[in-house]
Amino acid sequence: MIEKFSTLYSTAAALEIENIDTDQIIPARFLKATTREGFGEKAFYDWRYDDKGKIREDFPVEEDRWSSSKILVAGKNFGCGSSREHAAWAIYGAGFRVVVSSFFADIFRNNALNNGLLPVRVSDDFLNAIFERVKSNPDTRLIVNLEEQTIKIEGTDMCEEFEVSAYKKECLINGYDDIDYLVSIRDEIEKYENDRK
Amino acid sequence: MNTLFDKIWDAHTVKTIAEGTCVLYIDRQYIHEVTSPQAFAGIKKRGVGVFRPSQITASPDHNVPTLNQHLPPTDLLSVSQLEALATNCRENDIEIFAVGTPRNGIVHVVGPETGLTQPGMTIVCGDSHTSTHGAMGAVAFGVGTSEVEMVLASQCIMQTKPRSMRINIDGELKKGVCSKDIILHIISRLGTGGGTGYFVEFAGSAIRSLSMEARMTICNMSIEMGARGGMIAPDEVTFEYLRGREFAPKGQEWDAAVERWKMLKSDDDAIFDREEYFCASDIEPMVTYGTNPGMGVPVNGHIPHIDEVEESSRASFEKALDYMGFASGEPMVGKKIDYVFLGSCTNGRIEDLRLFASYVKGRRKHPKVTAWIVPGSRQVARMAREEGIEETLREAGFEMREPGCSACLAMNGDTIPQGAYCLSTSNRNFEGRQGVGARTILCGPLVAAAAAIEGVITIPEV
Repeated sequence: MIEKFSTLYSTAAALEIENIDTDQIIPARFLKATTREGFGEKAFYDWRYDDKGKIREDFPVEEDRWSSSKILVAGKNFGCGSSREHAAWAIYGAGFRVVVSSFFADIFRNNALNNGLLPVRVSDDFLNAIFERVKSNPDTRLIVNLEEQTIKIEGTDMCEEFEVSAYKKECLINGYDDIDYLVSIRDEIEKYENDRK
Repeated sequence: MNTLFDKIWDAHTVKTIAEGTCVLYIDRQYIHEVTSPQAFAGIKKRGVGVFRPSQITASPDHNVPTLNQHLPPTDLLSVSQLEALATNCRENDIEIFAVGTPRNGIVHVVGPETGLTQPGMTIVCGDSHTSTHGAMGAVAFGVGTSEVEMVLASQCIMQTKPRSMRINIDGELKKGVCSKDIILHIISRLGTGGGTGYFVEFAGSAIRSLSMEARMTICNMSIEMGARGGMIAPDEVTFEYLRGREFAPKGQEWDAAVERWKMLKSDDDAIFDREEYFCASDIEPMVTYGTNPGMGVPVNGHIPHIDEVEESSRASFEKALDYMGFASGEPMVGKKIDYVFLGSCTNGRIEDLRLFASYVKGRRKHPKVTAWIVPGSRQVARMAREEGIEETLREAGFEMREPGCSACLAMNGDTIPQGAYCLSTSNRNFEGRQGVGARTILCGPLVAAAAAIEGVITIPEV
């Protein structure tokens, strides 16, 4: 089971950087765990912390904002590179439930959806509008409505629709996951195996 | 009028549910120690067993030391992952090519060389470079751990069918240009997101002229342009490569299999969602200058000037150059190198070692360069020894290590120090990929060999 998702109001942590790869989201040296827990505090570790483990001042998001926001907004081609699902676990573990970008890498998008983390793809213009708005007022909230498939910028009339497959939408709203479903159709899978022999 | 990709995908679709989401049957899953433990824990928690253990093969690779493999690793976290893989395989009746045994190596090197990977298959692994296996005419792609768990539980995954793209590369390659240069050239043109949403078929006379292993290097890096996977239609090169390999069909079964595999090609009138064309003779030996694989230029070229970069990408471009310690407009030739890494699922095969050795033979490694030569598998290491490659390397001042992913992602302790420059035949030059603050420059085996000799980036003499 994944956590159910409906509507989310939250401020945003904005990373105005393109092509953020999964090695930045969670560096490989942190991949040695055998459970899904504990990755949240390691998210973007080398960008957030210096070599002594102190918070870096040049990280674009303040610590309070980072820990209180449930929406991460990032430049285009987010999540490229390695297929490590640990990237989705890290972002989810850091408290985010939505990632907004104008373009997502395929594997990251699948991994996110399989963990109840909603990737919201918006236009370049809308993404820039979010960045500008958050820059001028970091308290700006975004409203993500999965049922309606819309994202709004609070205090403006800016709203965009986003795409999500009907199947994944149902899974997220109800907290279903694919594995339960696949196990339930093992008979059909076995029939497929026999038919193609 | 179907593409090769369509034919294989459709034949493996058990059923389609809402809006094109498919239940896709997977013929073979490879697993390794880093992305599988949570998947095994998942099925255990659900009380579900592994559905088809004989279609799964494990090879520990990411975390294994490349020195003294007969001793236990000193990193306890690595040990716990390696032990978890061994236990999970034992409990679930899954074959494992254990560290130190003759079949062990990087999953994407081992799969083809043992003949487990075959044309027409669907193949997944919790590793984005699973696209490598597409070189043999398979639909192969990387997946996350939840998807690894799906395959453990049902031998299927839920997927939306990607769009299709064909990349045609025709003409003759210049001397000294290898397949790594082809794929770095393509990614530098299409960008790291240029293939996102697509499954790519590589075609054209230049592709046909390549050996099986050279084709693997190209398909391996299709993920670096964002593509779901890359593939090449099987032909005589493929069949010759597979013939006689341990898990390849034998006797009459072999003949029947080849007849079947010969049908695996895109129809002449197949329509792709997108086609791209490249001229092989335009391609030069390549290197990267930045922090993603799309930031590539010919070795004899220069880093773009800031005004040549799209305005929206300038911030990322400057961030990358700042990390690399380079300035816009600089030439790449003459840049000082501290480390050279030959290896990985991209360039850790026997042909790569042969190419590297042919260049350094009779020359001497530059004294200030640290070079790590890491074969992709035990079998590659054995061949290198038998063919005298190891000796050639030793005479030139190089040491061959034991197989594993090694410095490609530096999980096993093979870490490039902060600020050092590494000319690497691997696949990713992301910030910190080879160690915190490490600066990675991607290239093929020949460019790596030339730099290892000269101590600076140089155009290989061929």
